[in-house]
Amino acid sequence: MKQVITLSVNGDPYTVAVHPWQTLNEVLRENLNLTGVKLGCGEGDCGACTVLVDGRAVSSCLSLAVEMEGKEILTVEGLAPSGETLHPIQEAFIEKGAIQCGFCTCGMEMAALHLLEKNPSPTEAEIREGIAGNLCRCTGYAKIVEAIAAAAEKMRESSERKSS
Amino acid sequence: MRLSHFEYRVPKTLEEAIELLESGGPDARLMAGGTDLLMKMKHGAIKPKLVISLKKIDGLDTIAFSEKTGLTIGATALLADVASHPDIIKHYPAVAEAARGTANVQVRNMGTVVGNLCNASPAADNAPTLLAMGTTVHIQGAGGKRDLPLEQFFKGPGLTALKGAEIVTALTVPLPPLNAGAAYLSLSARGKLDCTAVGVAAMVTMKKDVCDDLRLFIAACGPTPLRAPGAEEIMRGKTPADDLLERAGEQAAGEASPINDLRASADYRTRVVAVLTSRVIKEASKRALKR
Repeated sequence: MKQVITLSVNGDPYTVAVHPWQTLNEVLRENLNLTGVKLGCGEGDCGACTVLVDGRAVSSCLSLAVEMEGKEILTVEGLAPSGETLHPIQEAFIEKGAIQCGFCTCGMEMAALHLLEKNPSPTEAEIREGIAGNLCRCTGYAKIVEAIAAAAEKMRESSERKSS
Repeated sequence: MRLSHFEYRVPKTLEEAIELLESGGPDARLMAGGTDLLMKMKHGAIKPKLVISLKKIDGLDTIAFSEKTGLTIGATALLADVASHPDIIKHYPAVAEAARGTANVQVRNMGTVVGNLCNASPAADNAPTLLAMGTTVHIQGAGGKRDLPLEQFFKGPGLTALKGAEIVTALTVPLPPLNAGAAYLSLSARGKLDCTAVGVAAMVTMKKDVCDDLRLFIAACGPTPLRAPGAEEIMRGKTPADDLLERAGEQAAGEASPINDLRASADYRTRVVAVLTSRVIKEASKRALKR
């Protein structure tokens, strides 16, 4: 039997009827058409499906949609809601050439956001640990690590500007 | 890879959860973080008709510490929260490190320490340290509550001492003596992300520079996490010098019973047990002397 859940996705309220066996990934992609959320391995190994649930990075492929009642979800679509101005993480990924085929990018950026919100000045080792659950088959990671370090700097600068 | 169909229930109390588990029989499964359960379901290894989430039961996600009672880790306490909890980092650094070394960021934000134990993989990253530190498992079922030493909890791959409609509600880890230190070291192909090929944990109690006591446990080298009593005996009453550590390592390798699988060969595992054992005893004794 379907259950009706109410949740917030990228700041917008949604009410969705879901089967208990539907994953958060299926509901985001199929019901809400948020296809920035990818499906890679489906087993929590590759990180392509990463979204934030109440601020924590999780694998949407291993989360049940019924468990999302009352939760706040952020997907890559919510990083740049206007579609015009990009998020500093997205800017840095472009500037540093951290995107090749792009399949891992959305999950990688969400894992980066989770890391930088907890730790605004991560070391290289901390960045690597933060994205250890996200596989990239193209870049060799070096440029992604550089991009996240650059994004950290951008985000620190913009929060300093805001507070001064 | 879609999930097979099931009914999903979210009890608010332990009693309600136990009743549901009892009524569902072998077709019912408990879910904490779901990271192991949903994977088994996706692979078709199990097809439960009823999934019972423990997440809405009040107080089950507790992480509490007092010098008297030690550390309590509730059934739904997340790996990420155990890894970053200030009291755990201060008093039980090896427990925090083992949690932090489990899987990846995303899985640690979903999965639980108790779930890692209840899944009863011989490679469970949180098992060796908790075993070495003398953890007690708190269990509740239709017949009431009981406590079990973690050492008696694992019965085989995927098998635990839980009977019928029993639920692990929490773990208690006693506060180690002031002259004790613990450490966990593991090795796997993808750093610490994938399933551990070999893991070794030690708790060493030092009297001046002599090893007064040692508890040594090995993961992924037998049907359950194993204790290595022979290696423990070699160290007791002696100063942990390098040649003695090497002997303890060789003894532990002899006490392990690894298999060949995709993560490592039995031969490789045997050699790695020896190396990790001497390193982990050295690290634990260093920590014991520092406290």
